[in-house]
Amino acid sequence: MAKFIVSPSPHLHSATHTDTLMRDVIIALMPAVIVSVLFYGWHELLILAVSVLSCVLLEWAITKWMLRKPDTIADGSAVVTGLLLAMNLPPTTPWWVVVIGAVFAIGVIKMTFGGLGQNLFNPALAARVFLLISFPAIMTDWTVPQGFIGSPDAFSGATLLGAVAEGGVASAVGGADLLGKFLLNIGGSAGEISALALLAGWVYLLVRKVIRPWITLSIFATVALIAGIFHLCDPAAFTGPLFNLLSGGLILGACFMATDYVTSPMSNWGGVVYGVGIGLLVMMIRYFGSYPEGVSFAILLMNCAVPLIDRAFHGKKYGRA
Amino acid sequence: MNTIIWTIVTLTVLGLVLALILYFVAQKFKVEEDPRIDQVEKVMPGANCGGCGFAGCRAFADAAVKASDLSTCFCPVGGNEVMNKVAAILGKEAAVKAPQVAVVRCNGSCANRERTNIYDGVASCRVKAALYSGDTGCSFGCLGCGDCVAACSFGAISMDAETGLPVVDESKCTGCGSCVKACPKNVIELRNKGPRGMRVYVSCINKDKGGVARKACKAACIGCGKCAKVCAHDAITVVDNVAYIDFAKCKLCKKCVAECPTGAIHAVGFPVLPPKPAAAKPAAEQKPATAKVPAAAANAPAAEQKPAAPQPAATEKVAAPKVEEPVNQAKKEVSDGQ
Amino acid sequence: MASKITFSIGGIHPNDSKLARERAIEVLPLPEVVYVSMAQHLGAPAKPVVAVGDSVKTGQVIAEPGGFISAFVHSPVTGTVKSIGPRKDLAGNNVTHIEIVRTGEDEWAEGIDLSEDLVTAIPDDREAMLARIKACGVVGLGGATFPTHVKLNPGPAAKPECLILNGAECEPFLTSDYRILLEQTDKIVVGAAIMQKILGCRCVIGIEENKPEAIEAVKATVARLGYQNMVVQTLKKRYPQGGEKQLIDAVMRRQVKSGALPISVGAVVQNVATSLAVYDAVQKNRPLITNTLTVTGNCLPVEAQHNYLFRIGMPLSYIAAYAGGVPEGAAKIVSGGPMMGKAIANMDACTVKGSSSLLYLSEESTRRAPATNCIRCGRCASACPMGLEPFLLARLYRAGDNDGLEANAVQDCIECGCCLYSCPANIPLLDNIRQAKGQVMGIIRARAAAAKAAAEAAKK
Repeated sequence: MAKFIVSPSPHLHSATHTDTLMRDVIIALMPAVIVSVLFYGWHELLILAVSVLSCVLLEWAITKWMLRKPDTIADGSAVVTGLLLAMNLPPTTPWWVVVIGAVFAIGVIKMTFGGLGQNLFNPALAARVFLLISFPAIMTDWTVPQGFIGSPDAFSGATLLGAVAEGGVASAVGGADLLGKFLLNIGGSAGEISALALLAGWVYLLVRKVIRPWITLSIFATVALIAGIFHLCDPAAFTGPLFNLLSGGLILGACFMATDYVTSPMSNWGGVVYGVGIGLLVMMIRYFGSYPEGVSFAILLMNCAVPLIDRAFHGKKYGRA
Repeated sequence: MNTIIWTIVTLTVLGLVLALILYFVAQKFKVEEDPRIDQVEKVMPGANCGGCGFAGCRAFADAAVKASDLSTCFCPVGGNEVMNKVAAILGKEAAVKAPQVAVVRCNGSCANRERTNIYDGVASCRVKAALYSGDTGCSFGCLGCGDCVAACSFGAISMDAETGLPVVDESKCTGCGSCVKACPKNVIELRNKGPRGMRVYVSCINKDKGGVARKACKAACIGCGKCAKVCAHDAITVVDNVAYIDFAKCKLCKKCVAECPTGAIHAVGFPVLPPKPAAAKPAAEQKPATAKVPAAAANAPAAEQKPAAPQPAATEKVAAPKVEEPVNQAKKEVSDGQ
Repeated sequence: MASKITFSIGGIHPNDSKLARERAIEVLPLPEVVYVSMAQHLGAPAKPVVAVGDSVKTGQVIAEPGGFISAFVHSPVTGTVKSIGPRKDLAGNNVTHIEIVRTGEDEWAEGIDLSEDLVTAIPDDREAMLARIKACGVVGLGGATFPTHVKLNPGPAAKPECLILNGAECEPFLTSDYRILLEQTDKIVVGAAIMQKILGCRCVIGIEENKPEAIEAVKATVARLGYQNMVVQTLKKRYPQGGEKQLIDAVMRRQVKSGALPISVGAVVQNVATSLAVYDAVQKNRPLITNTLTVTGNCLPVEAQHNYLFRIGMPLSYIAAYAGGVPEGAAKIVSGGPMMGKAIANMDACTVKGSSSLLYLSEESTRRAPATNCIRCGRCASACPMGLEPFLLARLYRAGDNDGLEANAVQDCIECGCCLYSCPANIPLLDNIRQAKGQVMGIIRARAAAAKAAAEAAKK
């Protein structure tokens, strides 16, 4: 008799693996990546390449020489981190800043905690905030480079929220064509360029059952609700719901950063609490904080609360009240 | 200036009040404890291995202080030395016990025991044992996933990559019995260390009939009973097709070792034969034994003080064809010598 | 009643791979020697009542129950008892087997009705029917092999409300239940009516939607035979629909409390194959010595897929050889379904009452990939039909936290395998949870025993 395999049941396994999940996330990011390269040109391509390459190489080097474990780059998580990091940077970022960001994301946030699945914070987002604090001038330089489509003269150089912070609500909202911003939002981080492209990627993830919609939806709902209430009370002092949903990195953050498996709660209700928390923090920072943009901080702060949320929310168990 | 003074005064008063509260609370909820527990705990090895049957060294100390005599309390790690100290502190009599060591009773190396299937579950003997009889024809022997290695708090057990069996480093083994509890197949037994570390044991627990056992493993005990017949001290019993040597009765004459047709009986710790006959042996036969020494020594730095090879080759010697038994026998003693 | 129903928590949708569904049941020829296991049922092993050298007839009792939860075992052939002793079961562990050498064609034991005509009249004597079921050694054939007479007699305090006949066959590959539903429809329905009468309750026959022909056949038969309070219910295709607790949830919308028996919510679940055995036992006094088994696998061509009527005690190697030998690409052989079945370590093991398949799986479909880090995707928790959190349980097990395991309901695990199936990081969740469950169940039992002892001591 030939030698057969013996193992405990089950004897079949689903075709979904860590690498296929990561591949789906990469595919979902592609619309936004393509649009940003088209409008921001060669330099954006350079940022993407440097970011992905340095993330992957760094993870490979750390597993090989520091952890002395089999390398994990094949699972694709480093590529996802690299892409997300590039999407979170202004299209004018110098390449060496991107490398520093990658070192922080992979070296400090991800690998020191034990690699994929172990980190408390979203690596790309933590790196963005690290860079924002370290290089505030570079990270808020919203000049638009020459793209493959359109010329920089056609677009203004300030972000919507930046305009609000500087010139008040009226000056920003007055000039904003919200539908245009939904399709194409030049100025800001590379990934914020098109809400439509981001939402297309998010829908793809939902269809492929990679993520569940609750976190994203509860962020949107909370932001809309709070903005709606404040805007109704005093339209002159506070921007409205649609404006807040479409501006800043909210869609990028809610669709791709907050839904990161590792740093979000596992249960559906936990996800809702997490999403509501992010929405609240975003609006508090936007309305009352000194930074014009609060999505990154809000998500990172709620990342800290995830272990607690996971403790508090469990799914319904069979035969138990 | 006033602010600074007031701050200092407030903080000082606050500190004093809190200190007073703490003091009274500590007095009120003071736990009365026999000071001897602390004394006993100090002389314990402090490994908290649980080998004594208590939850840790402190639990042992607590039990030892409360017990009327020390017959129920024995620290296998510290041995008689520690027990004498404990007895001195408590003014009680300590029971003298022979030092023990963990013995792996399985000959099922990769060479002796052919694999009949491929195990593809989690690498845990417990899981494997609950699932089936193991990936060889022998349903009694070592499963080779190293639960015992993980259970040992002293780093005394390591898996031999070549044989797939655990190897006990005698210099580190304290006889606490954690591995005995961890082994789902009861392969490991605590046996008396024996005079100067010499002991004889049956390295097999296969209860199958001779033919079945032999088919599954070349070095299995087939329950033939030759050893029991040759034993002059009535130390060997054969139950369920497997021989067992009572270490209390064994006089270490090694007659059974020579008699065993499969080489299932091992004698370890006996003095090395004069080096000459060993050197005279064909080089090919010497090779495996000597080749193993560096690996084993690397595993067990403590063993390096000893002149000869430490623990190795317990299995590889029985792997040799049976025809060479006399030579084999001599080699066995060489490789086992300390 | 809703058209299609299913259970409320978790579940997965593996490819159902019912490759042998079109293959009619064939009768396997008898081998020269059979080895009948004494551990064919849940509970205490049976005790042999024959001695070496005895000649036995087909259907004669050769072993009697070894305890309250145990069952009779009958000789599957006519022959001579050659030996009684340990033999390795399919896991390779020693179990007492009776070896019988066949001396010729079947000579059936006294009192067995061999006629094939359908008897639809159900006796009125409940006790006599239960006695027949017990005497014929009927056990649950859905997997657990729990003695049927015990399950059908839940005691005077219990109030059975619904008999659920389990024709879900939610495990991929298996088709034996489907085939008997098609080929033995009448007998199964009468068997269900017998059990319904014993329990005195309504009956729901649950069949998954991927077996439309079987649903039609059973519906037609129930209408033709005119049994009251018996309905056929279509179930959605979802694993583990055929799990006892899941089926009760789907059909009755009630959940069995942790640690309680299904009868506590008024449910009794029986497999369709058991129903067939009950019919044979009560109406024909025929003991349970046959069952249906599927020879299938993803490395077998369609023409090599079979459904066989086998006798207990046939060596698996004999069946494999008769079916055309072990296929080239087979890397793992499983007895039972691919989700909960046991991988076979020893092909010389023999069929038992509950055998349901000989499943050949190819290397790429069954080999486990190396485990990587948990990415906290929560797929195991969404898949768990008991609503547990496998990732957490596996972690608590590794930390040795028995209290934590119990608080997180590890003892409720039904070992369905959904967690391990769905884990994208290939973490051996169920391997560890099964150990943890055993550990915690041991603690719970010890505590219950201690409490009982204390209560009795207090009484005195």
